[in-house]
Amino acid sequence: MKHVLLACAVLIATPVAAETVAITGGMVAIGDGSAPAQGTVVIRDGRIVAAGSSVAVPAGARTVDAIGKWVSTGIVAGFSRLGLVGVDAVDETNDTGAGKSVFSASIDVASAINPRVPAIAVSRAAGVTRAIVAPDGGGTMFVGEGAIIDTGNDPDAITKARAFQFVEFGEAGAGRSGGSRAASQAFFRNALDEARDYARNPAAYDGRSKDSILMRRDVAALVPVMQGKMPLYIHVESGPDILQMLALKKDYPALRIVLVGVAEGWTVARQIAAAGVPVIASALNDLPASFEQLAATQSNVGRMKAAGVMLAIGMIDDNDTRQAQQTPQMAGNLVALTRVPGATGLSWADAFAAITSKPAEIAGLDDQIGSLRPGRRADVVIWSGDPLELATAVEKVWIDGVEQDLTTRQTRLRDRYLKVGEGALPKAYER
Amino acid sequence: MRFVLVAGLLLAGCATTSAPKVATGSGKPAPVKWNADPFPSTYKAYPGVPTLIRNVTIYDGEGGRIENGSVLFADGKITSVGGAMADSDVPAGATVIDGTGKWVTPGIIDIHSHLGDYPSPQVAAHSDGNEATGPVRAEVWAEHSVWPQDPGFSRALVNGGITSLQILPGSANLFGGRSVVLKNVYARTMQGMKFPGAPYGLKMACGENPKRVYGSRNQMPSTRMGNIAVDRQTWAKAVEYKKKLDKGGDITRDIAMDTLAGVLAGDILVQNHCYRADEMAIVIDMAKEFGYKVSTFHHAVESYKIADLLKANGICSAMWSDWWGFKMESYDAINENIPLVHNAGACAIVHSDDPNGIQRLNQEAAKALADGRRIGINVSDEVAWTWLSYNPAKAMGIADKTGSLKPGKMADVVLWNGNPFGIYTRPERVWIDGAMMYDANDPKRRPVSDFELGQTGEGDVK
Repeated sequence: MKHVLLACAVLIATPVAAETVAITGGMVAIGDGSAPAQGTVVIRDGRIVAAGSSVAVPAGARTVDAIGKWVSTGIVAGFSRLGLVGVDAVDETNDTGAGKSVFSASIDVASAINPRVPAIAVSRAAGVTRAIVAPDGGGTMFVGEGAIIDTGNDPDAITKARAFQFVEFGEAGAGRSGGSRAASQAFFRNALDEARDYARNPAAYDGRSKDSILMRRDVAALVPVMQGKMPLYIHVESGPDILQMLALKKDYPALRIVLVGVAEGWTVARQIAAAGVPVIASALNDLPASFEQLAATQSNVGRMKAAGVMLAIGMIDDNDTRQAQQTPQMAGNLVALTRVPGATGLSWADAFAAITSKPAEIAGLDDQIGSLRPGRRADVVIWSGDPLELATAVEKVWIDGVEQDLTTRQTRLRDRYLKVGEGALPKAYER
Repeated sequence: MRFVLVAGLLLAGCATTSAPKVATGSGKPAPVKWNADPFPSTYKAYPGVPTLIRNVTIYDGEGGRIENGSVLFADGKITSVGGAMADSDVPAGATVIDGTGKWVTPGIIDIHSHLGDYPSPQVAAHSDGNEATGPVRAEVWAEHSVWPQDPGFSRALVNGGITSLQILPGSANLFGGRSVVLKNVYARTMQGMKFPGAPYGLKMACGENPKRVYGSRNQMPSTRMGNIAVDRQTWAKAVEYKKKLDKGGDITRDIAMDTLAGVLAGDILVQNHCYRADEMAIVIDMAKEFGYKVSTFHHAVESYKIADLLKANGICSAMWSDWWGFKMESYDAINENIPLVHNAGACAIVHSDDPNGIQRLNQEAAKALADGRRIGINVSDEVAWTWLSYNPAKAMGIADKTGSLKPGKMADVVLWNGNPFGIYTRPERVWIDGAMMYDANDPKRRPVSDFELGQTGEGDVK
């Protein structure tokens, strides 16, 4: 009953954030795109002190032996709905969307994050320590304000609230704007114009009359977007739609656009790179699942990267409430493509950066999370082997320097049913 | 078999015309006989060349492993599987492939797919998987919804190494209709893809979906007890119908009842969508009550709770490795479900139910395998491959034809560019009935469906 002992050990080792911990002997993956190398990771007061092959163990540090293992920064889910759902199909537990709300851009997802939902613990146990969380399914193309969260076993999940505004263009945006892409453009531009008016003189701005198509709070929420103070994450898939988004920057130069989804990005990769617009792409979409994804291929990410696009991987409308645990698998598949003739993949280091430092950088938080560079929050994972490999297990996780309990509802159920059949008492008494 | 076989009824290929009565000369009316195969397979294997893959690691699909092995196939069939082959034994004219550093396995078989009936693009015009107009729709056949131009078939082939697959109706209905088994070879017609001689399946569903779909319309079933009540009422009718069929004489044909009578006769295999352990146990008893057998519970996320019961009843579980939590009945899913079922001696299958997942079933098996080993269930790689080919073949009634690398069986073969349980591995070549249908090094051996022709991305790597 190795796993039971493990669980006990975690309970006994009460986390002390203040102590200095040196994790030694492991293959260290910093997450910044550098190649992994044997080394040491030192954490203190919840932050990374140093990581790498020439790092010395400070005097008095508690050492954790990681010989034969890998040590990395925690995985950052580049786009998710983590923490918003207990059970997807149980509406009462599902706070992803608010299709019937009169509000849109001002819907702040941070207030709905529930660190107790099982998906948080399952993600944590899989080495996912942070997540970019976007709302879903609003009444208009403006879906609301996203957050950056941690998956720690504590009540405070929010790393950064109001981290970005999320908007749907493409097929979904058209559907929410009256029925056409052109209408979504009009709706979007009108909203930004309203935000400009509001910013000039909030007191004079109406937004309460029956004629207003945007609520006052929604317009106010768009002011930092219009001013370029808050990133604008835009979901868009097709090549022509992507070019329309890049064109928006001509009329609204302050916009800090981040493209999300981007299945056909490879068809316009040069233009995306030239515009300096980052992308959070679905890793493996290769089906013409919709007419805006006809050219989808798993080589999309590799081709965009080769063209110079700044890239992260996310799960866009794809089990995004609870399957962040598959993020390393997605990244590993992109490495696999480097061995397929004619396909374009990512190097291991680039693939790992795409699920750690890159989503952090795109969110403007790379000074805080996403790598083992000095000063970052101490989100550290010890793996039994290559983090992208299917057989690899997560052995230890620290978030903000606090060692985490990796027990989940699933491991509890597993342990209860390790032995087939009922025992001396019903299973309900076994725990 | 405890059921009297209805002579000829529903046995593929045994009849070509409708004939309500057949004189036998015994004085008693013979069992009713209709055309059991009105949409016969026209699949024909494409030409192949005798091929030897040598110096390769082999998982034979039935739990065997050979290092530095040789697989030889010709005329669409496996000829031999063994260790190193002397040059003098290599048949003249055979194409010889050096498999150093590579693996050979039987093609993967997905027992649960909706390619063709929920194809890409996923537009309403293509939504053909659920005849959700009544909870009992045993009369529909998935093959009549299959669009053979679904681009998904090609991804399943080139990324997934899928050589055969069962297309099921959806789970909105208690009785969803007949499944169809296909070879993963594009054709102009569904019949051209149809696996010759494969039995039909009957899709059934437990739980949330039927009661939600019909309950929301204030129609029965709206509860789980309603589900079972409608099921039992339907099976009771089917038993009556079959009695009449067996007796012979005039009978009004009922297309739905034909299928259910086929199940009762043991000719059609029940493929039962069911998540919860308690519901599976009820279905097992219901099957006994009416005298049919469940081949496989699909999704079966709680099979680990009743693995002993499943073993005792000889029922397979078709499972995901780590899907969980999307609905109430999947809330108790655990990552060790597959190895726990296997370890209890019950039949475990990895399935997809998904046009993306079908491209990575080997990876799903690898995750489950590793999760099992961490709790001390030490299944070998080669035995784990049974989850991907031989076990689904058994559960679909085609294990005598494919699913393992045994002489005389269909040469449905994948050559992988590394260990297929590793993340960095992909199919390099795929043969179906000995014909090379995919070659990673040859863009001309990469299928492009009609739908993709003339559109951006045509013929691209996918």
